[in-house]
Parts: sequence; C-alpha cells; structure tokens
Amino acid sequence: MFLRPDKAEKLAFATLKICMASVIIFVSVLLIHIIVNGYSVLSIEFITQMPMKRMTEGGIYPAIVGTVSLIGLSMALAVPLGILSAIYLNEYSSPGRASWAIEMAINNLAGTPSVVFGLFGLALFVKYFGFGPSILSASLTLALLILPVIIRASKEALMTVPQEYREASLALGITKWQTTRKVILPAAIPGIMTGIVLSIGRVAGETAPILLTGAAYFLPRIPDSVFSQFMALPYHLFVLATSGTSISQTRPLQYGTALVLLFIVFMMNGIAVVIRNHYRKKLSR
Amino acid sequence: MSKNENIINIKIENLDLWYGEKPALKDISLDIPKNKVTALIGPSGCGKSTFLRCLNRMNDLVKTCRIEGDVLIDEQNIYGKDVDVVDLRKRVGMVFQKPNPFPMSVYDNVAYGPRIHGLSKSEVDERVHKALEDAALMEEVRDRLNDKAFSLSGGQQQRLCIARTLAVRPEIILFDEPCSALDPISTSKIEDLILELKKDYTIVIVTHNMQQAARISDHTAFFLLGELIEFGKTKHIFEDPQVKSTEDYITGRFG
Repeated sequence: MFLRPDKAEKLAFATLKICMASVIIFVSVLLIHIIVNGYSVLSIEFITQMPMKRMTEGGIYPAIVGTVSLIGLSMALAVPLGILSAIYLNEYSSPGRASWAIEMAINNLAGTPSVVFGLFGLALFVKYFGFGPSILSASLTLALLILPVIIRASKEALMTVPQEYREASLALGITKWQTTRKVILPAAIPGIMTGIVLSIGRVAGETAPILLTGAAYFLPRIPDSVFSQFMALPYHLFVLATSGTSISQTRPLQYGTALVLLFIVFMMNGIAVVIRNHYRKKLSR
Repeated sequence: MSKNENIINIKIENLDLWYGEKPALKDISLDIPKNKVTALIGPSGCGKSTFLRCLNRMNDLVKTCRIEGDVLIDEQNIYGKDVDVVDLRKRVGMVFQKPNPFPMSVYDNVAYGPRIHGLSKSEVDERVHKALEDAALMEEVRDRLNDKAFSLSGGQQQRLCIARTLAVRPEIILFDEPCSALDPISTSKIEDLILELKKDYTIVIVTHNMQQAARISDHTAFFLLGELIEFGKTKHIFEDPQVKSTEDYITGRFG
C-alpha cells in the first residue's frame, strides 16, 4: 500500500513526534520518581555526614568524596591522553593498515563490557603494579574505560575542522604542531567536550569496575590519599538497595543517594557545556 | 622599466609531478621574473593549481604526490635535502581560492603568523597595521579589529587573508584563483591590490578569468593537460599567440 506523499509526510512527522515525546516522558518520569522519593532525606547532614547505624541513618559524605575523586582523577588521566591520541590519529598518522588496526582496537575497547575492564584493572593496577584496592587503581581503570570514547569523539571533532584552516596556517610557515595547537584544537573543542560529557556520566555511574578495584562496602571515613579505599555513590546505592541491613527502611536514603549522584553528574556536565558553548560562540560564523 | 626587469626570482627546470601513477605535470620549465605578475591560465584540470602548489611545497601534504625536477628560488633548490619547508613557506606566501580566515578576530588573524614566529607585542602590532594598510583593508576595518573575521564580507575576508600573508613578510605571493568566489567589485579591488603589491613582491596568480590575466599580469603561462604550452609576455600571448591551442583557449573556443 502506498500513501500519497503529503499523507506520508504527515505520518512520518507524527511518528517522529511520538518517538520524541516518549523519550521525554520516560526521562521525566524517571527524574520525577527519584526526586519525589529522594528529596525528603536531602539535608546538609545527608551530604556532610558519615553513614551511621549500619547505614540506615546518617549521610553519604564519603561516597560523594569518592565519586568526585574518581571523576576528577580519571578525567585528568584520560582527557589529555585521549586528545593527544586523537591528534596523532587524525593529524599525523598516515592512513594504512597500522592506523586501521589502531582504530579497530579502539572501537572494540569501546564495546568491551565494563566488568572486563574491572578484572583487567584488578590484575594490572591492584595486583601487578601493587596500587592495591584504591582510588588510583579505580581511576586508572575508569580512565581506560572512557579512553576510547574520548579518542573517538575527539577524532570526529578534529575531522570536522575544515582543511582550509590547516592549509592557511601551513602556508604561513607555521609548523604542523603549532597549527594543531593554535587553530585545529581550539576549533575542535566543542566536539571534544561532547565526548567528555558522555565520559563524566559513565565514570560517575560505573559500578562493576570500581567494585573490583577499590570501592568499599562500608568505610565511614574520608580517604587520605589516592592509595586509600573509598566509597562511591553508585556502589553505595547498590549496597543499600540489595545487601544493606534494612533494605526497605533505607528506601529514602537510596533515592537520596541517586538524586545526589544525578546532581553531581548534571553539575559536571553543566561545566563542560559552559566550556563548549564558550568555544562554539567564539567559532561561530 | 623597473630595475628588476631581468632578475629571475623562481626558476623551474624540468618539473614532473605524479599523483600516484597519474602524471599531472610534464617537463615544465619556466622562469618567473622578480616583481612582476605572472599569470597561469588554462582549462580546469590542466595542472596550473598543482604547479602553483609546487612553488611553496603545499603538494607535500598530498601523500601520493611525487615530484622530479628542480624549483630554484633565488638559485636555491627548494626541493633540496637541507631545505626547511616551514622556512620556505615564510618566504613564499599563498592566498587561496576561497577566503579562509581563521575563526578569530580580524586583528588575531593578521597577528597569527608574526605571533607564532615569535615577534614582540609591539612588532606584531606594527606588522598588523602595516599589513592591513597594504591590503587596502584598514579603512574598512579600523573600528572592527576585534570583530570576528567571519563578520566581514567575502571580498574583505579575502583581503584579510592577503593581509595575513603580508604580515609574515614573504618575498613571493602565490594566488590560487583569489577572485573566483567574489563579486565583480571585490574582484576589481583585489586586482588593484595585486598591481600595487607587485612593487614589493613577486606574484604568481592562477586564474580562470582571461580578462583578469590580461588586465593584471606581465607574463602569462598557458597550461594544457599538464604541459606548459606557451609562456611569454602577456601582451604577446594574448595578441599574437604562437600555438594554435593557446589561441583557441584565449578566444574561447574551449575551456
């Protein structure tokens, strides 16, 4: 059966609208559900105190500190490494079998389940390098996990920088590296920031890799170095919801934890988006 | 008659170029005189832009490109072993077909080269002002130096690109169809500018526009299918071409 083009147009448009609406509805319901159930426990004490009474009371301060440390450290490791790798792949390496192999490896890494990264981190960082179960081991593992995402986003971003910029700069007697630093990289920042936003969400939310590399079930103190074990929000949430001492009694605490986790991710993303918009505005035509 | 009438600035000897297996330039020999405008004309795909890009080694960017023969600038072979390509490109500037300012302010675009080449702030400032004056753009952008380069009109953007090139103080400027994306008024401004610039620079310009070649060039080279068919004083090429295909092209029988 064939529709007349104008009918088909209307049908297509309606279908797209329904799809979009359903996405918005699901996200809203999720957010509202968490906010409604979680906001009652939100208080200064909740975010500044240690968990108490077998985690049925008190706050989630150490888990907040843990998650923020993981985000900070893994980003500090993965972002420069990812961007520099992308620069190498896009600006320096010549297309051929080697760069094809590297790209395939990156794509496969991006599709590897995070628990595999966790096992790898356990073997390499915790055991072999002897960092023990610690913030450092977990951050290194998470950095590896998001590296392919950052490399790919950065490479895509570099690819969209017009070739004319490169030619114009080189023709002025500017070296390739100077050209990359002064023109190409700034022009690619908005796209790179998108990759970073995605990575922040993953680092904040991943549970399996940190479980194997240093996250603690219950540790009511602030880690004193990167070699300490730590609590983290997603794992804390998992513990409260599945193996806590009083699962139904701590329901509000679980939602509160989820809410704080979401808030931290939104805030980090907000910063990244502000940076992205700043560069977008600078680059706009 | 200028004092440089007979000085050869760029000497090309038996230049061959291949893209992969495909020959793009065949045995080109040509003397480009100093402080003159030399026009390269010919139909699309004849190799004139490829030839132009040999003069500042922009073809190095093309992986499959292979070159044989010599290009001597001030008697130094720019394809020699100890030649610094970056340094060469400081001496041989290039203006492209499409205006291609950087996503920066008008001022920063012109200051880009001198800054990276390590000049002091005051030297950079002096160069920017001089370059904008010399590119006949200063009058129009005096109050807009901090505006985005993209806010300028196409013709202004192209003069900005010329200013950006001038700020590096090259001795030779290559123009790759600089007016093909511009309207007639902007085109005539650029042409006037080129005539002004030849006092200080050797200019090589690729153009599709025969009238443009006739108006601004002192010498003209006609390319066809990767070969240099005829080269001589522009007046001679246009009024008394020696080769049939030159005449056919100039009179518009093909192109």
